Amino acid sequence: MSLLKPGHRGCAGCCDALAAKFVLDAIGEDCIVVSPTGCLEVFTTPYPESSWGVPWIHSLFENAAAVASGIEVALKALGKKNNTRIVAIGGDGATLDIGLQAISGAFERGHDLLYICVDNEAYMNTGVQRSGATPLYASTTTSPAGKISSGNPQHKKNMPAIIAAHGSPYVATASVAYAPDMMKKVKKAAQTKGPTYVHVHAPCCTGWRFEGSKTIEVGRLAVETAMWPLYEMENGVITNVKKLRNKKPVEEYLRAQGRFKHLFTAESGVEEIKKIQAIADWNVKNFGLE
Amino acid sequence: MRNRMVVVEGSFAVAHAVKVSRPHVISAYPITPQTHIVEDLAQFAADGEMNCEYMNVESEFSAISALIGASAAGARTYSSTTSQGLALMHEALFNASGMRLPIIMTVVNRALSAPINIWNDQQDSISQRDTGWIQLYAEDVQESADTIPQLYKIAEDPDILLPAMTCMDGFILSHVYEPVILLEQSLTDEFLPRYSPEIVLDPKNPMSFGAFADPSTYTEFRYKQEKAMAVALNRIEEVANEFNDVYGRYYGGLIDGYLLDDAEIVIMAMGSVIGTIKDAIDELRSEGESIGLLKVRSFRPFPADAIKKAIKNAKVVITLDKNISIGKNEGALCTEVKACLYNTDFRVPVIGFMIGFGGRDIPISMIRNLVTKAKLVEKGIFVESEIVDLREDLA
Amino acid sequence: MKLIIKTVTKPGSTRANKTGAWRSFMPVFDHKLCSKCGICAIYCPEGVVHKLENGFYEPDYEYCKGCGICANECPKKAIIMVLEGK
Repeated sequence: MSLLKPGHRGCAGCCDALAAKFVLDAIGEDCIVVSPTGCLEVFTTPYPESSWGVPWIHSLFENAAAVASGIEVALKALGKKNNTRIVAIGGDGATLDIGLQAISGAFERGHDLLYICVDNEAYMNTGVQRSGATPLYASTTTSPAGKISSGNPQHKKNMPAIIAAHGSPYVATASVAYAPDMMKKVKKAAQTKGPTYVHVHAPCCTGWRFEGSKTIEVGRLAVETAMWPLYEMENGVITNVKKLRNKKPVEEYLRAQGRFKHLFTAESGVEEIKKIQAIADWNVKNFGLE
Repeated sequence: MRNRMVVVEGSFAVAHAVKVSRPHVISAYPITPQTHIVEDLAQFAADGEMNCEYMNVESEFSAISALIGASAAGARTYSSTTSQGLALMHEALFNASGMRLPIIMTVVNRALSAPINIWNDQQDSISQRDTGWIQLYAEDVQESADTIPQLYKIAEDPDILLPAMTCMDGFILSHVYEPVILLEQSLTDEFLPRYSPEIVLDPKNPMSFGAFADPSTYTEFRYKQEKAMAVALNRIEEVANEFNDVYGRYYGGLIDGYLLDDAEIVIMAMGSVIGTIKDAIDELRSEGESIGLLKVRSFRPFPADAIKKAIKNAKVVITLDKNISIGKNEGALCTEVKACLYNTDFRVPVIGFMIGFGGRDIPISMIRNLVTKAKLVEKGIFVESEIVDLREDLA
Repeated sequence: MKLIIKTVTKPGSTRANKTGAWRSFMPVFDHKLCSKCGICAIYCPEGVVHKLENGFYEPDYEYCKGCGICANECPKKAIIMVLEGK
């Protein structure tokens, strides 16, 4: 029986629910979870119900890392720290946009906590608006494809690198489509002393526009096309990389999602897909994926 | 050792009061004129004088957020801020109150930008009066310090459980050197019990804090906060008396009066200007004026009944506000005093003066001018509310 | 219901909400094809695919939302999504 109880209001096929389930089941009961505002928080705690089988707190949108810091310090002050893990689980918006200051402060101070970013690449809970994690040319409601627009014109913010630059002893990327790998990394991050970070790719069927049954399939394609490299960094150095034996062209990944549909209908699409392929190629080179 | 006075900076007296109140977690971000409080606390921590975790953070928002987490985990918490820092915390102030976390904070009152100004007025804390925090305004340094353990006792009451701020005028009280009695640890331990909340973040008894309340449940949370404020109204008085029993000092509970009972002219104010008003009243009384002072100590909860009772013999009421609601042309004390009188059959002119913005000094002569102005009401000259002491060359 | 001011009562109290009512399609598990790999249980976002005593798997239809991930991921194609007659 998972520590994330059923009856929550997540979409059928929800990536956030999967991520939370894997995190809790990897870490176990002895933890305190902090969530910022977002899909996960909203669909798990409609008063008077809660899906969380562990102690949990939601404060505001931008302060999960600060709240987690305060809990860590309080447990120390009360002599109650023991082995209790403090885990913040937040979406991409709450982590690398509005919450960037708080997470930077928490990592600079070096608290003993784990931050998991569940990255579905947009502000999903408020209706699929773009975030700093939205990839190039993805269509969102505030960066929509249109007559003179090809969707989001900015590149995805490299959050793991930012966290590693803060001196975190363990930073990893993971995906809900690779559950054993994700749970192993979460466990390792939880057991490493100091501020650790796992960035989880979470394909959102509602926001990315694909059938809920395809969540794992789309997540797998992201990894297999090198759009989402899976790696671990320890003390700033890449120590472990998932190599790709049969790398696929990015088109297979893009075709599977409605948010990239415009790339296959507009004239400019051909060049734009090439640009996205270049990102994948850079990942291959930079992370040594082949 | 009791009643031994020392001359220290106001900030030091407050930091000392925090120390003896035995907080578990302190988190704050520096901003003038609060800085000396947090620096003194940092020194206490560095010298091992406090059994407390002192957490430097990267902004006031993170300071209050960290305390929300710490308080939910069962810690007694403290922060201090002012002006821009308090404004930055605005969202989190509502959150802390809604989550019923008894965080204590000293607001060292300072004017708000723009234009930027580091000197005293009360716009900052007044602007947070809707957030669900208890607000007590201190007259002098001794009170600023003494209010700290009082507020812990009030806020941590299981029937209250609201965060609370003590307001002390920036520079005027924070940076002044005055003779004070530093709160004794033994007396504070006698006065203030340990903080032991019933529900905390604990893996042995998992609970979810900060739920999502839809229209069918949200109202009752607000209602319960308001009920807690009603309990606080009584508790503030009780605790002021309990404090007196242990320490031998009393400044009023919700309000306090000075030569008030027979006064025809009543001046109402909050904070350090009280001292100046008392001196002005002494002068005016010696000249035959029937004048007195009503000090408002608790602004939230607003002591409507106590105020109504206190001014029932007045012929004119003057309110001094170091704050303004732009567009209403009135300060908050004026507005709320008038409002609480409206539905009674007691009619007294309430004249509002807004003064002392951005640290502009209020000398005794200015108080006397305002009394003269107010007395024009007898001749039918009535200005409901105005900013006074304006510079002609700039206005 | 006593209103607890800061928290919700009972961890896991969302169990009161039977999300099985959301479904249009329901997964049907064919144990003859099943290899007991457990992938269906791992990737169920509701966490409601349970291992039986005999090692095979079955969903808890009170909560199953019919998302179809289990059917999509089953390596033996032992799960099919069937339109539920209501």
